[in-house]
Amino acid sequence: MSATRPPFVVAGRELESRLVLGTGGLPSLEVLDAVVEASGSRLATVAVRRVDPSARGGLLDVLAARNVDVLPNTAGCFTASEAVLTAKLAREAFNTDWVKLEVIGDEDTLLPDALELLDAAEQLCDQGFVVLPYTNDDPVLARRLEQAGCAAVMPLGSPIGSGLGVRNPHNIALMAERCSVPVVLDAGIGTASDAALAMELGCAGVMVASAITRAREPARMAGAFRAAVEAGYQARLAGRIPRRYLARASSPAEGRPDL
Amino acid sequence: MPSSHGGLAIVVNGERRAVVAGSTVADLVEAWCPSPDGIAVARNREVVPKSEWSTTPLAPSDSVEIVTAAAGG
Repeated sequence: MSATRPPFVVAGRELESRLVLGTGGLPSLEVLDAVVEASGSRLATVAVRRVDPSARGGLLDVLAARNVDVLPNTAGCFTASEAVLTAKLAREAFNTDWVKLEVIGDEDTLLPDALELLDAAEQLCDQGFVVLPYTNDDPVLARRLEQAGCAAVMPLGSPIGSGLGVRNPHNIALMAERCSVPVVLDAGIGTASDAALAMELGCAGVMVASAITRAREPARMAGAFRAAVEAGYQARLAGRIPRRYLARASSPAEGRPDL
Repeated sequence: MPSSHGGLAIVVNGERRAVVAGSTVADLVEAWCPSPDGIAVARNREVVPKSEWSTTPLAPSDSVEIVTAAAGG
């Protein structure tokens, strides 16, 4: 593409794709491979779980073969101490100090626990982690996370896996405008247009899991998201027209024949 | 707390297990995982770095978590 493309940089690392992929919810590693390829993503989340001696491995191999970096998450953690220990285990297991920090406050909504989240973020940043917190769509909390040293902020569009899209576009736009670290929309996306909207609002990237992995055709949906993220990003750069209350003709009034 | 097999009773990933007295974290990982790649170990809620697995003996009633990557997020 000839248009100028500012790079997507998180903590000094330039990522080729603005689409971050979640790997949960797919039926097989073969489908994951097809999804990764179709998405063009270069960063994918994994969870930290007990080794199942009978399980077939290969998740990390699939990602490595596609040149995708691993972003471990702390999904399932309810306290700062659990999340910090999980991040340390991930660093040891996957040789990365990057962590998508999730500290959940409620099993039904899976909404972040803001106080535990900030506590964990401060601890992990102090210990040299590159922290990408999954956060509420709260511009003030985002600022606090940024001040703690987080490398990006990942506000939810709506609850995880809900497919409800971006419920508070105004807050997402405020965050994108006011944060000096990248804002990556995370959670709640239902379909490709939600991702395009997030990018149009000024997000630097979009993270998608369920909307791809639980689609009827995951690889096709991954391709749709790749196009949507790019479309939304280009539209943002191009500058949308202002909204108007009344119509404004695009054909000239002059030269109209008298019929 | 010796087990009936004369070993150490510990808990691994939530399951009670007996291991031979004198076993290290490295021995446990070898028995538990096909490969040590992509694995991390916490013993009593403290990470045991890979470099210390072979020099970290297991003690009675230790609680060990052996983790790896799972699809998620």
